Parts: sequence; C-alpha cells; structure tokens
Amino acid sequence: MSEPALRVQGLRHRFGDYAAVDGIDLTVERGEVFGLLGPNGAGKTTTIRVVNTLLPLQEGEVHVLGYDVRRSPMAVRRLLGYVPQQLSIEAALTGRENVGWFARLFDVPRRQRKERVDDALDAMGLGDAANRLAGTYSGGMIRRLELAQALVNRPALLVLDEPTVGLDPVARDGVWRRVEELRQATGMTVLLTTHYMEEADVLCDRVALMHLGHIRAEGTPQTLKDELGPDASLEDVFRRHTGGSLGDDDKGGLRAVRSTRRTAGRVG
Amino acid sequence: MSADVAVETRPGVDARVWRQFPSRVYTFCLVEVQKLRHDRTELLTRAVQPVLWLLIYGETFNRIHAIPTPDNQSYLEFLTPGIIAQSGLFVAIFYGIQIIWERDAGVLTKLLVTPTPRSALILGKSFAAGIRAMAQVVVVLVLAAIIGVDLSSNPLDIIGSFAAVLLGAAFFSCLSMTVAGVVLKRDRLMGIGQMITMPLFFASNALYPVSIMPGWLRVLSRVNPLSYEVDALRGMLTGASAHVGLDFAVLAAWVVVGVVASSSLVGRLAR
Repeated sequence: MSEPALRVQGLRHRFGDYAAVDGIDLTVERGEVFGLLGPNGAGKTTTIRVVNTLLPLQEGEVHVLGYDVRRSPMAVRRLLGYVPQQLSIEAALTGRENVGWFARLFDVPRRQRKERVDDALDAMGLGDAANRLAGTYSGGMIRRLELAQALVNRPALLVLDEPTVGLDPVARDGVWRRVEELRQATGMTVLLTTHYMEEADVLCDRVALMHLGHIRAEGTPQTLKDELGPDASLEDVFRRHTGGSLGDDDKGGLRAVRSTRRTAGRVG
Repeated sequence: MSADVAVETRPGVDARVWRQFPSRVYTFCLVEVQKLRHDRTELLTRAVQPVLWLLIYGETFNRIHAIPTPDNQSYLEFLTPGIIAQSGLFVAIFYGIQIIWERDAGVLTKLLVTPTPRSALILGKSFAAGIRAMAQVVVVLVLAAIIGVDLSSNPLDIIGSFAAVLLGAAFFSCLSMTVAGVVLKRDRLMGIGQMITMPLFFASNALYPVSIMPGWLRVLSRVNPLSYEVDALRGMLTGASAHVGLDFAVLAAWVVVGVVASSSLVGRLAR
C-alpha cells in the first residue's frame, strides 16, 4: 500500500499559551491539489511550517510520503518544494542563478543541473528573462521564479503558502495557470493555503476549512457547496461552519499588514 | 510546458553529511562570487579605508619612527599585514546583517528547508564572507606593491595569506551571525558591530607589536583571533618571526567555535 503524500494526525502547535494549531487530522493523497482555506490567524501557515520542518513538531504525527518529519527531517526536505507567503528571491542574482543556487542546495547531479534549471525556468515562462537580475522582475515574475526554484528539485509535494497574495489579477491568473499546467503534466501533489475562495475553487480538488486552529469542514469544493444549496459559494460554506467570514482579520491582522507592505515594497 | 519537470517520490541522493559540507560551502561561495560580479561598487567603496590607513597613517608613522618594529622592519612593512587583516575583519563583522536581511526578505526561510544542516549553512556563509574579504586582500596587496612595501612574492606565502584571511573572516562573520541570532534586528547589529570592531582591532598586534603593550592589553591580544591572523600574515608576507602553525590551529579552532555558536542560534531567525 502506498503512503499518502501527507498524513497529519493530532497536530497541535503552541506559541506560548496560544494554540495556533489545536489538534488537526489531515490526509493529502498523491496527485491531489489540496487547499487549506481560512482567514489570517487560522493556523494554516503554522501547519505548513511544521510540515516543511521549519517549526519543530510539538505534538502529533506528520508523515510526508511515509517519512516522519521528526525522525527524518532531511529526507522530508528533499521531497518538498516550498514557496513561502512572502515574495523572496535574491535580487542581486539573475533568475537563472537563483534557480541554479537551489539546484545545488538540493544536490541535483551536475550532469543534469543545467537541463533541470532550464526546464524549471521554461515551465514558469521565464526562459527569456532568465539572465536578467531578479531585482528587475515584476511581482508575478518573482512568484513564478520562486515556483521554478521549488520545482528544480522535482518535489513530490509542492507546498505553497498563499501563492497569490499581493499579486494583481493578471499575475494571479498567470500563477494559477502555471500550477494547473504543472499538475497536469506531472501529477505533482500540491498543498496550498489561501484565503481567496476563488483560488480554492479554481485550483483545489479538496479543501479543508480552518478556523482558530481547528478544521471545521473538509471535502471537494463542490460537495461542500452542494450541502448548502444550489447557489452557495465557498464563502457561504465558510460562514456556515465557522460563524465568521473569510475576510475576518482580527487575528494576525498586523502580520497581514506587514507582509502586504513588504510585498508592496519589493514589487514597488 | 515541459513534461521533464517530473516528480521524485524518494529522497534520492543519500544524505551523508560529510559530503554535504564541502558542497554547501562551495555553493555559498559561488553565489557570493556571482553577487560580486553583478555589483562591483562595494569592492571599490570598501577599498577606501585600507587605502587611508596605509597611505596616511602608515606613511606618517613610517616617517616619525614612533613605533618600534621587530626584525628591523620598516613600519609600513610591519603595518601592511595588520591592514590586510583589518579590512577582512571589517567586511566580516557586518556579515550578520546579510543574514538578517535574508530573514526579512524571506530567503533564509527557504534556505532552512533545503536539505542543508544548519552548521553547513553557517559554514557556507562564513566562507562566503571569506571570499569577500579575500577580494579586499587583493586591493591591499596591489596598493602595498605600488607604494613599494617589500612583501614576499612566493606563491605559497600568498596562498597561505589568503587562507589566513579566509579563516579570520570566517570566524568574525560567525561572530556577527551569532550576534544576529541574539539581537535579530539589523540596526542593533550595526551598533554592536561598531562597538566591537575597534576594540578587536586595537587589542591586537595589527598596529603595534605586543612587546610595547601594557600587561592587560597583552592578555586581550593573546585571546584575540585577529592577533593570530596578523601574526600568520606577518610571518608569511614579511618573513618576520611568527608561529604560523599555531596561528592556523587557533584560527581553525575559533572557526569551529563560531560555527557551533552561530548555527545553534540561526533557527531563532526563522521564527
């Protein structure tokens, strides 16, 4: 029996007295695009940071393709591609150098390196801009460059934290299209967080609604909507299960402002 | 869309740590060289200080013979290794700012989820600081040759000098990254960097021989890694009597201490 791409059991993570994630169970099957949907402060990013070994596992079990994040963090890292919420590239390097850097950090064999770097850049539509300094890229291009960095390792599980936050609608469509093409071409498993319902609707096979550290509902976007009636939206589903709105910003509001400001500063 | 962007569901490369260290160090050094290639202005602006030290301070003190030098050296000959070490120190001591910058820019987070042990990340970054410091050495060596300082032209001595500067810069950048892991803020690190640079410099044998120091300063100089770096440089470049073997051993030991301290704190920057 093959292990699922991600298995999370009883995950709980505290910052001081505050339980950011308060006992969640989650299974992401191979080849699936799975969305964690919820407002800022729901615990999505904390969940992702435990999965990618950035935060220590305090309580519960997390396995990536059968590898335990607690016992084999290095093996887990080799299987993951990660794009954080914040736009983050090395502006003083070219696009190609940025991707080549990560190819080396993931021990891509020397003979394959150039080809893999080129493939990842081409897949993200950055072939023509590859030799320009990344500091000259637009916000959408930076995000696609980050996807290329994450892909050069051929990850089994691609983890995207709010992949389109701070991007304009055109850039957002571009990122969605690339992710969609990618999963069609490779069958890659994708775990993403978002607080845009439209994003979850367009991209995800299944979603879990997170609120204040708990998962309140889980299923395909269509089933969740059908449970409420013919014209229901994911926003309605969310309100039904949590009593709150996706736009609620009372938790993590300052962080949201900061990251938006950072994004704006970089994209300029 | 290329179907070559395939998926690998096994960790693949075996994760033997001993193979990763040289590979990561090489990668971070390569990235540093790439950055330097794209922006050479920093090389020039950083060259100003050593030029002032050698041309103004060095030439003046050379003339007034105020500082006794061992082995009948001219003061400029005595001073040049000290200025080489100092320019490396100045580059390295602010290197922690880069790691805070990378944290603020989100790059550090991504580096920390690559299959790179934290100690390999820090060692790689510290050697990258060494690359920057070595670029400064070239500037000082060229300048010293122009103003007629008599330095060794033996390739082994030159290579050895680069190695000493590399180790010195690796340690001081670890010190800087350790402080970065404690204070977590760029401006605080700037302040602390300013605060410790000059004492490190003055409590070393860079400007004057240990023999003319008061007793308490000699003690400080004896534990100061900069003194060992200067001693090694002096031995190799000017032929002065020195304990080059001991100097390298002490520098290497300090680098190990620095990497351990700094890598135990770097996780704080990711939270």
